Amino acid sequence: MEAVFAACVGFMSACGIFLMLRGHTFTLVIGLTLLSYAVNLFLFASGGLKIGAPDVLGASNDYADPLPQALVLTAIVIGFAMTAFAVILAMRGRSDSGNDHVDGKEPNLEWKEPR
Amino acid sequence: MIKHLITLPILLPMLTGLLLLLPQLRHNVRYQRVTASLGNLASLIACVYLLIAVQDGIIAYALGDWKAPFGIVLYGDGLSALLVCLSCLLGFCVHLYACAGDDQRGPFFHPLFMFQIMGINGAFLTGDIFNLFVFFEILLIASYSLMVHGGGKAKIQANVHYVFLNLIGSALFLFALGTLYGATGTLNMADMAQRVALLDAEQQLIAKAGALLLLAVFGLKAAMVPVHFWLPKTYASATAPVAALFAIMTKVGLYSIWRVHGAIFGDYAGELANVAQPWLWPIGLATIALGVIAALASQSLRTLISNLVIVSVGTLLITIYIHQLDATRAGVYYLIHSTLSCAAMFLLAGVFVSLRGKAEDRLVSAKPMPRAGLLGSLFALLAIALIGMPPLSGFVGKALILQSIQQPELQLWAWSAILIGGLAALIGLSRAGTTLFWNTSGDHPEASTIHPLQITAILLLVISLPLMVVFGGVLTELSDTAAQHLHRALEVETLLEVSQW
Repeated sequence: MEAVFAACVGFMSACGIFLMLRGHTFTLVIGLTLLSYAVNLFLFASGGLKIGAPDVLGASNDYADPLPQALVLTAIVIGFAMTAFAVILAMRGRSDSGNDHVDGKEPNLEWKEPR
Repeated sequence: MIKHLITLPILLPMLTGLLLLLPQLRHNVRYQRVTASLGNLASLIACVYLLIAVQDGIIAYALGDWKAPFGIVLYGDGLSALLVCLSCLLGFCVHLYACAGDDQRGPFFHPLFMFQIMGINGAFLTGDIFNLFVFFEILLIASYSLMVHGGGKAKIQANVHYVFLNLIGSALFLFALGTLYGATGTLNMADMAQRVALLDAEQQLIAKAGALLLLAVFGLKAAMVPVHFWLPKTYASATAPVAALFAIMTKVGLYSIWRVHGAIFGDYAGELANVAQPWLWPIGLATIALGVIAALASQSLRTLISNLVIVSVGTLLITIYIHQLDATRAGVYYLIHSTLSCAAMFLLAGVFVSLRGKAEDRLVSAKPMPRAGLLGSLFALLAIALIGMPPLSGFVGKALILQSIQQPELQLWAWSAILIGGLAALIGLSRAGTTLFWNTSGDHPEASTIHPLQITAILLLVISLPLMVVFGGVLTELSDTAAQHLHRALEVETLLEVSQW
C-alpha cells in the first residue's frame, strides 16, 4: 500500500512540476492544481497509513492519527481559494497582454543567422 | 486582561478589517480612514503593552485552552513582541500616507491592509508551525490583492510572477510540514525542538530534508539568492504605501528562518544541529553581491530601493549564520532600522512619482519638483540611514553587526561584503539624488501638490531613525532580550515549561 501511495504522490508531483515549468499561465494553473493534490495526499500520509482504523480515541486500540486529516482540510480550503485567485489573475493577465505567457509576451526563440 | 494580551495584535486588525467590510463603513471614505487608523493605533498600543509584558518573561498562550503540544500556542517572546511593534508602527505610518488619496485607487484597500497586518502579526506570534503556514497564507492573499491595488498592466504582470512563485512556495511549505510531522509527530515548535534531538538515524534524514525544504520556502519569502528575482519587479511596480508595507514581508521570512533554523534546528538539535548553517553563509554573501550589482544597474529609484532591500536581506542572513548572542542582537536592531528606512524611502519615491509626471521615478532628466528643499532633505536623511553613515541608525546597526563578527576567517568576507553593500548604496543613492533633484529641465514646476498627510507619514518614519540612535540604549536592551529569548528557547528546560503551561 505504501509503495502504491508513494508512487501516486510522486507521479502527481512530477506531472505538476513538469507542467509548471511551461511558460504559460494555463499549464501553470493545471500544474499547481496537480501539485496541490499531491501535497494533500502527502499530508494525509504523514501520520502513517492505516486502513479501517477509527480516528477517535477509545473506539479501538489501533486508531488513525486525526491531525493530518485536519491539516489536509485546511490545506484544501486554502489551496482552493489560492487557485481561484490565480485563475482570475491569469485571465486578467491574458486579457491585458493578449496571450497567456507568464511574461506577458511570447519570447522570440527563433534562431537568427549571424551576419 | 494581561493574560489575553498576546491575542490582541492579531484580533484587533482582524476585527477592524471585518468592521470595515460593513456597508455603513464601506461606502464612506472618511469613516473608513478614521476606523482603520484607530484600529492601527489600538494594535500599536496593544503591541507596546505586549513588548513591556514580555520583558519579564516569555508568554505562551494556549488558544481555546487546548494544551500544548496538541493545541495551537501563541508564543510571545522578546523577538516576536518587538517585531509586532515594528509591523504595527509601520502599518500606522503607511496607512496615514495611504489616507492622502492612494487608498481610493481601488476597492477594499483598508480591509485588505488590516488583514495583511493581521497575517504579519500572526506569523510573528505563533508557536505552531502549521499555524505559521496559515498566517503566511493570510498575509499572502492580502498582499496578492494589495499588490494590484491601483491597477495597470505593469502591476498585473508583476503580480502574476509574485502570486505563482508564492503558490509554489506554499506547496513546498506543506510538503516540508508533512515531512517534519511524519518524522517528529508534532507541530508545536517547542515540542519539535525537543524531539528532533532524539530522532533515530533514518528519521533524522527525513527531518533534515524537511528542514532544508523549509529553508527554501522561507528563503523565497525573504528574497535570498537564488530565489530573489521576483522582488525588484514586484516592489517597484506596487503602489507606494503597499511597497512600503511589503518592506516588512521579507523580514517575516527572515524571522521564520531565525525561529525554525535558529531555534528548532539550533545548537541543541543533536545530530541535526545547525543543519541550515552551511547554506546560509554562501547564500548570504551571494545575496549581498547580486543585490549590489543590481542596485548599481537600477534605472529607477524604486528598483534601487528594492535592490537595497535585497542587500539588507543578505546582511541579515549573515547575522543569522553567525548565530551568536551579539550577532542576533545586532541583527534585530538592523532589521528594525532597515524596515523603517526602506519603507520611508518607498513612500518618498511615491511622492516623486506623483510629482514628476511621465518621468515617474526613473533616473532621467525631468521638470523640477515643487518643495525640492523639503523633499531633498528627507531624501538625504534617508539616504544617509540606508547607506549606514553616522549619525543615523544605519551606522549603529552596521557597526553592531561588524563588531559581532569575531572569527578572523569570517571577518574578511563578511566585513568586505557588508561594507561594499554600503558603498553600493552610497553610489546608487547619490546618483539617484543628483538626477532627481539637479538634472532638471524647464523651469515650471508641475502644478501638483503634496498632501500634508504624506509628509507627516514620511516624517514620522524619518524621525524614528534618529530616535533609534538617541534611545539606542533602550533599543539595544530590547533587542538583547529578544536575542536572549531566541537563544534561550534552545534550552530544553525552558521549552518544557512552555509546553506544559
